[in-house]
Amino acid sequence: MADLMSLFVKTVFIENIALSLFLGMCTFFAISKQVKAAFGLGIAVIVVLTLTVPLNNLIYTYVLKEGALAWAGLPESNLEFVELITYIGVIAAAVQVLEMFLDKYVPVLYNQLGIFLPLITVNCAILGASLFMVEKNYNFVESVTYGLAAGVGWALAIVLLAGIREKLKYSDIPEGLRGLGITFIIVGLMSFGFMSFGGILL
Amino acid sequence: MKLTGKEARKLLFDPIVENNPIALQILGICSALAVTVKMDVTLVMCAALTTVVAFSNFFVSIIRHYIPDNIRIIVQMTIISSLVIIVDEVLKAYVYEISKQLSVFVGLIITNCIVMGRAEAYAMKNPPIRSFLDGLGNGFGYSFILIVVAFIRELFGAGEFFGIPVMPEWYPVNNFLLLPPSSFIIIGLMIWAIRTYSTSQVEENDNPLKAHTFKPLTVKKEAADG
Repeated sequence: MADLMSLFVKTVFIENIALSLFLGMCTFFAISKQVKAAFGLGIAVIVVLTLTVPLNNLIYTYVLKEGALAWAGLPESNLEFVELITYIGVIAAAVQVLEMFLDKYVPVLYNQLGIFLPLITVNCAILGASLFMVEKNYNFVESVTYGLAAGVGWALAIVLLAGIREKLKYSDIPEGLRGLGITFIIVGLMSFGFMSFGGILL
Repeated sequence: MKLTGKEARKLLFDPIVENNPIALQILGICSALAVTVKMDVTLVMCAALTTVVAFSNFFVSIIRHYIPDNIRIIVQMTIISSLVIIVDEVLKAYVYEISKQLSVFVGLIITNCIVMGRAEAYAMKNPPIRSFLDGLGNGFGYSFILIVVAFIRELFGAGEFFGIPVMPEWYPVNNFLLLPPSSFIIIGLMIWAIRTYSTSQVEENDNPLKAHTFKPLTVKKEAADG
């Protein structure tokens, strides 16, 4: 249990998926003008990550890994080369199913997330988290924690950035730097801030 | 429509400064940051991405009349991921060390918005050769930013160029630049430079406190209170 807690804290703060691994940057810059929209997208990312990372973990362990098909009588199989295409398929399917499920049973949430759900399929944070999960060799329980924590970390980062950008509207920024330029510099500074968590020993 | 030399040049070189995918279209930033510590790694990444964008544009464009509209994203994804798998396997076979350093970022080319964005915005509407050139051009635009960032970071951060020490002995290396966040700041400053050069890219000022807007705001508030 303590292991999982430290994995959670480590993934949210020290290895924050947006500010230390730089994943999901396109949507991170595009949808961070208002806190409300950023919050909606953050929640959607948390949900999708918590679903897809464990799902991909199961597929990796029981189908793709070297020798993983032993239960089906194929002990020499190694399907690691189709890893990428499988994960992206799983993510696209999961997002689609989630969308239909929410539409039917939780329409309130569906209306709030609306346009963000399809956007998430092409968010590199989702695919990236699955790939890191494989690289770090997490087991199933760890992958659930990792998916959840990665989502929380990303959501935290985008809400923080949106908060700063909302206030930034009132400042007098040099012409060429306005908009995207200053946002890049702010994210750089935030990222340095998050690096200070790196000294924490868990 | 025949493709003239002038048009071809425009397709190839426009995305480098005038319509840069990173600096103007906000596409493909994700991988641009983590792979720019050393020149050789960056060059491999740029070559990989340019190949994938150019060929995905080409293939999507070839079959563009046969793709049903409502499943086009999945069709594009399949083409792109197959290309990325090929590139990934080639890198693992020939430059294993560098492919280890790139770790997950080669795989992440699939979700790189430049690839999807160009397939969706350009290749779906244009013939194959043009799409191929457009893909190459956007790949170059991406590479331009990455190579400049990597050059600055390696030269001033480690005092090296392609791993060969070039800075004089008395130069104190600035480790600050080796840390990943510094690439954000370098790209931010590059955007500033590009927008000073080509002023049409400057974003509109949406500051609600522009001159003389104070009065109506307070009046409205009083009205609401009363």
